[in-house]
Amino acid sequence: MRDSRIMSQSMDRKANGKAEEDALIARILAGERDLFHELIRPYERIVYRMVYSMLGHEAEAEDAAQTAVIHAYTHLASYRGESRFSTWLVTIALNEGRVRLRKRSALREDSIDALGDDTPGDFTPALLTDWREIPSAALERKELREQLIKAMSELPAIYRDVFVMRDVEGLDIEETARGLSITPASVKVRLHRARRMMQKNLAPVLKGYASKSKGRIGGWS
Amino acid sequence: MVMRIDCKHVWDLISSYIDGEIEPELRKEIDRHLDHCSICSATIDSTRNIVVLVADERVYEIPAGFSKRLHERLDEVIHGEAPSSH
Repeated sequence: MRDSRIMSQSMDRKANGKAEEDALIARILAGERDLFHELIRPYERIVYRMVYSMLGHEAEAEDAAQTAVIHAYTHLASYRGESRFSTWLVTIALNEGRVRLRKRSALREDSIDALGDDTPGDFTPALLTDWREIPSAALERKELREQLIKAMSELPAIYRDVFVMRDVEGLDIEETARGLSITPASVKVRLHRARRMMQKNLAPVLKGYASKSKGRIGGWS
Repeated sequence: MVMRIDCKHVWDLISSYIDGEIEPELRKEIDRHLDHCSICSATIDSTRNIVVLVADERVYEIPAGFSKRLHERLDEVIHGEAPSSH
């Protein structure tokens, strides 16, 4: 089971029930267009976080989030209800982020840094003993938040997409797989690699925030 | 039979371990390894710590006025065109 602290941040907490949402969408498509504001409101922060994780730039992320939401409105009739609305919306945000990344000339793309899901690769973590836990209270420090976001935005795209959908937005494996049109097995492989890369990349910069208790963090089993 | 697990094996299972997707027998074996391997236990702790931190909403500072600007822009579109599948 995923840790309750992790899941508490997931979109499940904020989302409307699917049946209720589907009814709302039907009304919007039938002409009550203003209800789209109500439909989108629980998810607008999620859309922003998604594109900000990819772009790492506040103003561009806001513009991308607006574009993604408008796309969701203008293409609402193509939402088939097979996945949750939130999954569909996150996929739109992801695509908008990708379009903008492609426009950047210094794009780190999959071909450079990513391996096929069946290729073992060397994903050795940072081997350390002095970083056990950075307390959540340390997130009050802006530089820590910036380091986390920078590390995410620097992941190869195929790993970052899965990492953000699973660990930031709390989508489950099936939803993530559907949103990215990949298999659940690939989601697991990419998430594993993303987490190890995050740990390795953050180790040198985050050790200073860590508490140095000797024992293992409790609550593992 | 007692299975012997080494550090590399543990690293390959970090993500599944964090998500609780390991079979009970293997998990016990990993736990035994972690009890005496400070590098592996710190590696798992730090990885899990990242997963907990990035899920915290405080990581993302939503720009002041973001929601207002979003709905204003949306309003212009909503009153300009009906949603379609195109």
